[in-house]
Amino acid sequence: MHLTPAELDALRLSLSVAARSVLFSLPFAVLIAWLLTRGRFAGRWLLDALVHLPLVLPPVAVGYVLLLVFGNNGPVGGWLNRNLGIHVAFSTAGAALATAVMAFPLMVRSIRLALENVDPGLEAAARTLGAKPMDRFLTITLPLMWPGVIAGAVTAFAAGLGEFGAVITFVSNIPGITRTIPLALYTAIQSPGGDDQALRLAAMSFVLGLIGLLLAEMLARRARHLVGR
Amino acid sequence: MLKVRVAKQRDGFALDARFDAPTPGVVALFGRSGCGKTTAINIISGLLAADSAYIELDGQVLTDTAAGISVPPEQRRIGYVFQDDRLFPHMSVLRNLQYGLKRTRAPRLSITFDQIVALLGLEHLLQRQPYQLSGGERQRASLGRALLSQPALLLLDEPLAALDAARREEVLPYLERLRDNLSIPMVYVSHQFDEVLQLATQVVLMDAGHVVAQGLLSEVSLVPELRAIVGPDSVGAVVDGSVAGVDASCGMAELRVGSGSLNVSVSSVSIGERVRVQLLARDIILATEEPRGLSVRNQLRGTITSIVDDEDDTRLITVDVGGATVLSRVTRSAVEALGLRNGSSIWVLVKAVSTRGHAFRLGGG
Repeated sequence: MHLTPAELDALRLSLSVAARSVLFSLPFAVLIAWLLTRGRFAGRWLLDALVHLPLVLPPVAVGYVLLLVFGNNGPVGGWLNRNLGIHVAFSTAGAALATAVMAFPLMVRSIRLALENVDPGLEAAARTLGAKPMDRFLTITLPLMWPGVIAGAVTAFAAGLGEFGAVITFVSNIPGITRTIPLALYTAIQSPGGDDQALRLAAMSFVLGLIGLLLAEMLARRARHLVGR
Repeated sequence: MLKVRVAKQRDGFALDARFDAPTPGVVALFGRSGCGKTTAINIISGLLAADSAYIELDGQVLTDTAAGISVPPEQRRIGYVFQDDRLFPHMSVLRNLQYGLKRTRAPRLSITFDQIVALLGLEHLLQRQPYQLSGGERQRASLGRALLSQPALLLLDEPLAALDAARREEVLPYLERLRDNLSIPMVYVSHQFDEVLQLATQVVLMDAGHVVAQGLLSEVSLVPELRAIVGPDSVGAVVDGSVAGVDASCGMAELRVGSGSLNVSVSSVSIGERVRVQLLARDIILATEEPRGLSVRNQLRGTITSIVDDEDDTRLITVDVGGATVLSRVTRSAVEALGLRNGSSIWVLVKAVSTRGHAFRLGGG
């Protein structure tokens, strides 16, 4: 199967956007998962609902909210633009942000599930052995929840390759900058005679998704073995 | 000295316990399951907050709710061996052992890695992962990990409860070796009297959240509250004696007890060593005159100091045998037929085979 330069661009962009979204959101996902599992604070249910909101909202609505907040005239986007010269809207970074928001609940769920399986008794044991909070988290909690973190990251990556609605709404469909595989696929379907290209892009999505899911399962299995379970 | 005052209210259960224990030494917190023993040591460790508590170890105040003092568990230098071993599953035995050693707050290392590995027989286990160990091996590794953190006090929460009988017999001698070779104070939680008998120098008897008795095991073994906890068949005075003679051929030793001596079965002891033995009340025979022509090897001369109701038709008789005290369970009719009363002079007969001695190389028992 030969890919055209435009298709290669879309593939490269999809991989880059998905990777950046995962790298950016992973620390936050671990923090939020920890707060939701171990935290004891008043607004926990609200945080839980907010994190899961992208799962039930129309992606276009999420993209629109991002545009309002991070657009060049939005409260956050405007500030970034004036003070740091960063343009989020209509850029690859913006595509990564939209993708991260959409995949965030998937990642948090996976990490949270893993964290719930870490026996707090082991953390108590580490405590009696002289380990302070951050030390305990890094040496006991994090390694034991690692399979869930990996699985969550890979699942979010695979899902991020295919994010459409939020991306096209927030950063538009600019070739070479924001036109990822699903956007390229949509464009191909809309263009006369784009059937071949659409088919190739759809096949590409299919293969990438499958690889992602198999990889997540394999890594999780290996990580579980490493922690001896 | 370890000073413990703890109170905690928890739905339908109230813990209100106070006890002091000399350090070093092994103090057993003994009582039925659910009487608050584990809650008490969790408060001592700092892992659990109490409604009110005062914990002092060798002059250092660790918890004082009245003064708002609560040293975090990670700074207390209190080791904790849990009932479930809680080895870190993602680390080898070696890394588990090093975990506390690397984080110790002790000014100098008094317990070395090599010493612990030798004492607990861990040489061939170091490279294994916890899931590759047997229950007994896991608990030994867990003991080693806690000790290598150089604790000023070691808490043990029924460390043998999760093991089957064979594994318990495997681990118990290691605990004796730790007691005899390291001068670390220990608080040992148990509901098995034989473990207490074998390990403890002091006993705190707990029932329903309260301390009913505390002191030397020889004293606590005489209190009436013990019967309800250990069951009538396990009631019996615990006596300590020093070895006066050894007959290695049949595993017997002659023990100085009070003004007399007892032959007990005990393995590998030498003259002068301290041996503890429990004389079960149901196995003690009383005679009003010196018996002759009996196969019973042990006869002690004594005086009755009390006669109390036991079960419906039996009495529990306390006899002073010249500095030591023994308990005997006798039927009510025998008490009447022999005319036993306080102050009666009496012969106490003990079958040597019904006793099993436990050697103590550490003083203070």
